[in-house]
Amino acid sequence: MDGNVFVFCETDNGKVVDISLELLSSGRKLAGKLNCKLEAIVLGNDISDIEKQISKYGVDTIHIADDSRLDPYLTLVYSKIVSYVLDKDQPQIVLFGASSIGRDLAPRVASTLQCGLTADCTRLEIGDHLERKTKVEYKDLLLAIRPAFGGSIMATIVNWDMPPQMATVREGVMKKEVFDKNYKSEIINIDLSDLISDEDFVIEVLERHMEESKVNLKEAPIIVAGGYGVGSKENFDLLYEFADMLGADVGGSRAAIDAGFLENERQIGQTGVTVRPKLYIACGISGAIQHTAGMDESAMIVSINKDKNAPINKIADYVIVGDLNEVLPKMIKSFHKQAQ
Amino acid sequence: MKPLKIVVLAKQVPDTRNVGPDAMKPDGTVNRGILPTIFNPDDLHALEFALQIKDKIEGTQVIVLTMGPKRAADIVREGYYRGADYGLMVSDRRFGGADTLATSYTLAMTIKKIGDVDMVLAGVQAIDGDTAQTGPQTAEKINFPQVTYVEELIDLGNNEITVKRRLDKGIEIVKAPIPVLMTVNGTFDKCRSRNAKKLLKYKYARTDTELAREEDFIKELVEQRSYLHIPEWNVEDIEAELSKIGLAGSPTKVNKVESIVMKASEAKILSDSQEDIDLMVGELISSHVIG
Repeated sequence: MDGNVFVFCETDNGKVVDISLELLSSGRKLAGKLNCKLEAIVLGNDISDIEKQISKYGVDTIHIADDSRLDPYLTLVYSKIVSYVLDKDQPQIVLFGASSIGRDLAPRVASTLQCGLTADCTRLEIGDHLERKTKVEYKDLLLAIRPAFGGSIMATIVNWDMPPQMATVREGVMKKEVFDKNYKSEIINIDLSDLISDEDFVIEVLERHMEESKVNLKEAPIIVAGGYGVGSKENFDLLYEFADMLGADVGGSRAAIDAGFLENERQIGQTGVTVRPKLYIACGISGAIQHTAGMDESAMIVSINKDKNAPINKIADYVIVGDLNEVLPKMIKSFHKQAQ
Repeated sequence: MKPLKIVVLAKQVPDTRNVGPDAMKPDGTVNRGILPTIFNPDDLHALEFALQIKDKIEGTQVIVLTMGPKRAADIVREGYYRGADYGLMVSDRRFGGADTLATSYTLAMTIKKIGDVDMVLAGVQAIDGDTAQTGPQTAEKINFPQVTYVEELIDLGNNEITVKRRLDKGIEIVKAPIPVLMTVNGTFDKCRSRNAKKLLKYKYARTDTELAREEDFIKELVEQRSYLHIPEWNVEDIEAELSKIGLAGSPTKVNKVESIVMKASEAKILSDSQEDIDLMVGELISSHVIG
């Protein structure tokens, strides 16, 4: 396929957000393998210092629209602009963050362009695909890899005939890495004058309350995580107590969040946050791929589980077979006894 | 206020929330047969949203639309039991293998065929794919604005609706014009339960496919009471182009599927005795992981 790698960059108060910087790093690698350029689309208000913000991630071209009407985000306005740029420049790959904005925008754009979109990928690679029916081999496709079916399988998705190849990725899955701090980008200003009209502003944002998140699992050195096996919201108190003692943060599996034991922002896994702490203590977590995809790069994993054969035990460094309600108090006691 | 015609998109999904080890066949493929099918959870919230609007605006029609295999007629019946006015199935082998783009095309063609629809409501995502793409893609194809992640109905006015959206790190109150497509979050009010009267009324609602295999008294009943007849539309009924449906209309294809082989374990297996736990905690402290 021809064309470059594009990344849609989300902005918040004039700053490109983390997930987009992570995708630029990921896009840089893909562009390197494909020997093509990395381009960014940045929409927002008051983002004139954009080169300073993102060029260093190895961005060759920045398509920018800096306009007061672009804050706050509006689906129709953004999808019109992004679809226009992609249609004009015919990239081969486009990446979006799987944030509430990315997941609102990317499908609308994919529908406009009649192309494929793979959600919540946990790995992006370049590879070949042999089409069984026609025996045609397609070279250098985007392999969009994601857990599927409730996390019981890992699926590799390709799109060889309806470009561009688009994918969304959750925050924290890819690593943000500066490519070259002296990298220079070409700037292209997107001309909005004939592009957007009043009818794109039919939805009105009356209020917006952003909550500064108290939880930052991505940065936590130690995480105590609970699953459905914790049993109740009250039982999580013990995990919090244990976490406090260790200076750790508390997270959970999707099953624990769905059961209402924990807030959404504490979900770890494919559809939550991806973490890489130095110690991950999994309490009553069975370990579906959906969950392990978000924590299997932890430096050390301790699993506390009644079931000796729980899948998570296969990636653990220590497995304690037992009831967490008995094990955690013993661990707390043990820590007080030994830590000086 | 003017009564609205609301279409609720509902999907029958395998209950992937409780996938056990036996859900995988030895060859690594999913054993769909053993998983029970359910009404996709987010779509139930979407149905509740529609019913709340119906409560507020007399004469509003709620139509439950499902696309899927023949057995998905269960979804339409469930919709009736909980208060929907009409149900409709789109079912055809040629729709099979559709990704979200082909699915949204099929749904969009159906909505156009239904005609004069004021509002389309769907769950944010289905638990068998978790993509959250079908809603926005359908909105684009029927040329409706979209509001995603809706968790509360704030206000209804003439040709406008105000809702609260749940974002990653906050909320937004937005006012949208009607017509509009909204996707409804799992944090929206729980769907009301089945109504006993409606359960009795719609117990024998059947599609033609189902009817063919039923006893005579049910056939007669459905013939007498046309509301028990669940329409079942195929490719021709919605005038869909073959190149845009099913596998042919799906840009994303599966290259491979694998069950994950976890990396070889070197785990120390310990008991829950205080001695074992002391040993582990001691090792974690001496290697400076904790402490």
